[in-house]
Amino acid sequence: MAFIPHTEADVAEMLAALGARDIEELFDEIPPELRAAGLGALPAALDEMQIGRLMSERAALDGTPLSFLGAGAYEHHIPAAVWAIATRGEFYSAYTPYQAEASQGTLQTIYEFQTMIARLTGMEVANASMYDGASACAEAALMAVRAHRKSRSARILVPTTVHPHYRRVALTMTSNQGLRFEELPYCTAEGITPCGALARYEGEDITALMIQQPNFFGQLEDVDALADWAHARGILVIAIVNPTSLGLLKPPGEWGAHGADIAVGEGQPLGVPLCSGGPYLGFMTTRTAYVRQMPGRIVGRTLDVAGREGFTLTLQAREQHIRRAKATSNICTNQGLLMTAATVYLSLMGAEGLARTAAAAHARTRELVAALTRLPGVRPAFSGAFFHEAVLLVDRPVAAVLRALAARCILGGLDLAPYFPELGPALLVCATETKTAADIERYRAALAEALQAARAA
Amino acid sequence: MPSREKLIFEYSRAGRGASDQWPPDPGPGASDDLPVKLRRAGRPQLPEVSELETVRHFTRLSQLNFSIDTHFYPLGSCTMKYNPKACNQYAMLPQFLARHPLAPESHGQGFLACMFELQEMLKELTGMQGVALSPMAGAHGEFAGVAMIRAYHRARGDLRRNEIIVPEAAHGTNPATATMCGCVVREVPVDAQGDVDLVALEAALGPNTAGIMLTNPSTLGVFERGIGEVARRVHDCGGLLYYDGANLNAILGKVRPGDMGFDCLHMNLHKTFSTPHGGGGPGAGAVGVGARLLPFLPIPIVGREGERYRWLAEAERPQSIGRLSAFMGNAGVLLRAYIYMRMLGRDGVRRVGEYATLNANYLMQRLRDAGFEVAYPGRRAGHEFIVTLKRQARELNVTAMDFAKRLLDHGFHAPTTYFPLLVPECLLIEPTETESKEVLDAFVAAMSQIQKEAEQEPERVRSAPHTMPVRRLDDVRAARQLDLTWKPTVQP
Amino acid sequence: MSNVPADLRYTRSHEWVRTLADGTLEIGITDHAQHALGDLVFVEVPEAGRSVRAGEACAVVESVKAASDVYAPLAGKITAGNPRLAGEPEAVNAEPYGGGWLMRLRPDPGALTAAQLLSAADYGKLLETEGG
Repeated sequence: MAFIPHTEADVAEMLAALGARDIEELFDEIPPELRAAGLGALPAALDEMQIGRLMSERAALDGTPLSFLGAGAYEHHIPAAVWAIATRGEFYSAYTPYQAEASQGTLQTIYEFQTMIARLTGMEVANASMYDGASACAEAALMAVRAHRKSRSARILVPTTVHPHYRRVALTMTSNQGLRFEELPYCTAEGITPCGALARYEGEDITALMIQQPNFFGQLEDVDALADWAHARGILVIAIVNPTSLGLLKPPGEWGAHGADIAVGEGQPLGVPLCSGGPYLGFMTTRTAYVRQMPGRIVGRTLDVAGREGFTLTLQAREQHIRRAKATSNICTNQGLLMTAATVYLSLMGAEGLARTAAAAHARTRELVAALTRLPGVRPAFSGAFFHEAVLLVDRPVAAVLRALAARCILGGLDLAPYFPELGPALLVCATETKTAADIERYRAALAEALQAARAA
Repeated sequence: MPSREKLIFEYSRAGRGASDQWPPDPGPGASDDLPVKLRRAGRPQLPEVSELETVRHFTRLSQLNFSIDTHFYPLGSCTMKYNPKACNQYAMLPQFLARHPLAPESHGQGFLACMFELQEMLKELTGMQGVALSPMAGAHGEFAGVAMIRAYHRARGDLRRNEIIVPEAAHGTNPATATMCGCVVREVPVDAQGDVDLVALEAALGPNTAGIMLTNPSTLGVFERGIGEVARRVHDCGGLLYYDGANLNAILGKVRPGDMGFDCLHMNLHKTFSTPHGGGGPGAGAVGVGARLLPFLPIPIVGREGERYRWLAEAERPQSIGRLSAFMGNAGVLLRAYIYMRMLGRDGVRRVGEYATLNANYLMQRLRDAGFEVAYPGRRAGHEFIVTLKRQARELNVTAMDFAKRLLDHGFHAPTTYFPLLVPECLLIEPTETESKEVLDAFVAAMSQIQKEAEQEPERVRSAPHTMPVRRLDDVRAARQLDLTWKPTVQP
Repeated sequence: MSNVPADLRYTRSHEWVRTLADGTLEIGITDHAQHALGDLVFVEVPEAGRSVRAGEACAVVESVKAASDVYAPLAGKITAGNPRLAGEPEAVNAEPYGGGWLMRLRPDPGALTAAQLLSAADYGKLLETEGG
């Protein structure tokens, strides 16, 4: 019971070795007044068959809706091999590779991950992963403040087209260190950050500019112009990118004349299931010159005493277990298991598979937008280019429409009212390569009926 | 163990690929609307390998690892207990995996019910008033905790409280967290018996004290007996107490941090609640708070109305420190912890603390009987204890690191070495409750054999390991000649 | 036994100070300090032109197992950081009192007298009491 292997005879022998009457005696240093009472609110134990039944019932309650939600978490096909490998006990139940000689599997996987992510983003170095895209974005802001020796302001320009949850996380994680985020408005015609929005910061001490590509709306920012504007003024550029999109889109290392200084993103699209929001993995990359300012674990290749190649954690003097109060971050965990899944995914996909995935997802979204905007009262919110996600305006309150769709087991997208009320009734939709023409038609037909019903009401 | 495996890039052949995994090529027209200046000029240099090559490569890599499923892993302060297979299997049911984080509550009653019940169970176990599940690791939970303590003082207009007290033996994340929260760290010593030095504590306390961060049992493996007095003094001076849940396994079901006087804590669900370590994550660092910090809990939190579960809106939590993850933290890890808790139940929870403590004390006693010196011989072990090899280092010139490396050759993962920093040449050993007596006995036998070898053939120990895929690695070279990404060697 | 050259002055935090011909001061870490840290893998030196207070952390020396701040022994303006250390941190291990210097500084008026630096003999005694 409780995965404890002891027989009664074992316990008797062990207590005899200790000279103790019973196990209770081993707790005799704890003041009696602190001892816990009954824990009566905890339920009785379930055996494996019972918990299996319970969880299957719970899972059934969540259902299997047809989903057109994106907004930072994307439903892609996950090759069967990805989780067959990631759930191998040797990966799944290993610890952080502090004992390098007994962890070469995990360490080499991290080294391969770092290489793949650096190549995908066009950046020089990557770390072993962060908690998720949002926290990687917060850490990037803190890193920029450390890396930018001349700027004293700790002011970061953040377009409102950056994912609202990322902006919220960055605020939570950095406000106690005095960082200030200045929000840049977007252009209502194209849903992107116009360079004109930057003019008012001309001549001021700014540490960094964040740019998300594609942005929260799915729209494509003019990344070259934004990056060049920042670099011309000595401002660091933090890129937030979707890794699938990099199968087709220009990598942050090539933005503008100099490329981004730090690039981060959410690695979930690389073989990680949606799973209600986690566990995912953030990735983080930078220039070699800034590597010592980067938080998180980093693996390097070196030689052993016999001259053979091997892998080990390196640059650990940045980290909390050595630098304590002066560490680059308090982070010690990386998302090792998800990093493993992403590395297997990228191996299987290669450049061709990733480009096809990106193109197919984008094609499905274009078909979806075309189909839905043929309905009366539905139109695209923005002109200009987008990638695999788009905002639609509808002429009826979105919340009610989405409820009607959900009743038909269709998750029709994200209601933007809580985030961007100024858009009016707006809906963020996404289709990936997992959607078929029939799925899109099912959505179109259901939306047509939902809107008709809403107008009739 | 097998020896070196090539890099995946070295298997790559132009034109090869796991094409059955790819969607059909939608043709160039599919993305002809993307402006040329925003497109990628060249392809990223990713491997071009078959599915079988990929599977073989990563399977071989996995075989270069030690893991709980293959080896005893007595890593102190890390609680490397067995990760039950049922927790993984039932957390990976298709509906759970497919559920989008922004899916409506109508399509999440199963998931939300699990999260709500997990919150409630953790409250009961820790004696706290409220729990939030979203922090994604222990350090992330610590961050949430200290940020809440700061928010509490600030909400009272008590703006100068920015000092966090930590014992000198504390885990490095404690001071690092305090800094991340904009606080100043004050370290206090422990006395010869491993308890916090109350005189030094009194001297450190003052009008700037925001709070104190403690583990109990401490990182020295012993129960902080003066915790009641520590709590009284910190509270009297206006500070709050933070419980670092790293060592919760030792007292699970026996003592509740809330009853010890703590105002706030994080739990390492990947330790105490047996979710997998995954080669360095994901973790999960749920936080719990007493009444004073309740309004400041991070979002999201799951609430219940009648029979329906729902997210508490940000507007209902105006004083929350905010969001720590894009969505719901490491939700899949939380599901595993939920399943584990339900399988333990009320009685199982208590047995975890009991048998973890029995195993630690038994192993400590057996190692003492074998002639090893423990750091706190007059004390009970919590769920872990410290062996110091300073005599071996002095007399035989064989260090704790040498013992650790030689243990790998015996098929045991090394205990934690050189932590806590204040005990010289230390091994911090935590067997956990899921190991049998035979495994513990075998570990003692290995330690004794290494001791004998250190006396008779010390070079053999100093140059260990001998049977791993690699020998000791050159860390200095790794840091001086940074090689962080693979580049193909240019053939002359 | 650590090397403690007689012609230099020292701090309790294991920096040494040499007065150069032009009145600026050359500063590094002692043989004892480099030995305690082990093989250095990274050294960060301050930029020329920066003003520092006495006791201000202004350089970082990093080995595989430890990282340590180096403090300005006295107030002044940095005139140079040792450019060689960027690519060759091991110079501090090999020549702590020579090619491994960290920074040069022009002291503020009166700063040198106020600094109360230790003589080689006193620093040697300090090392003995610390068990070094």
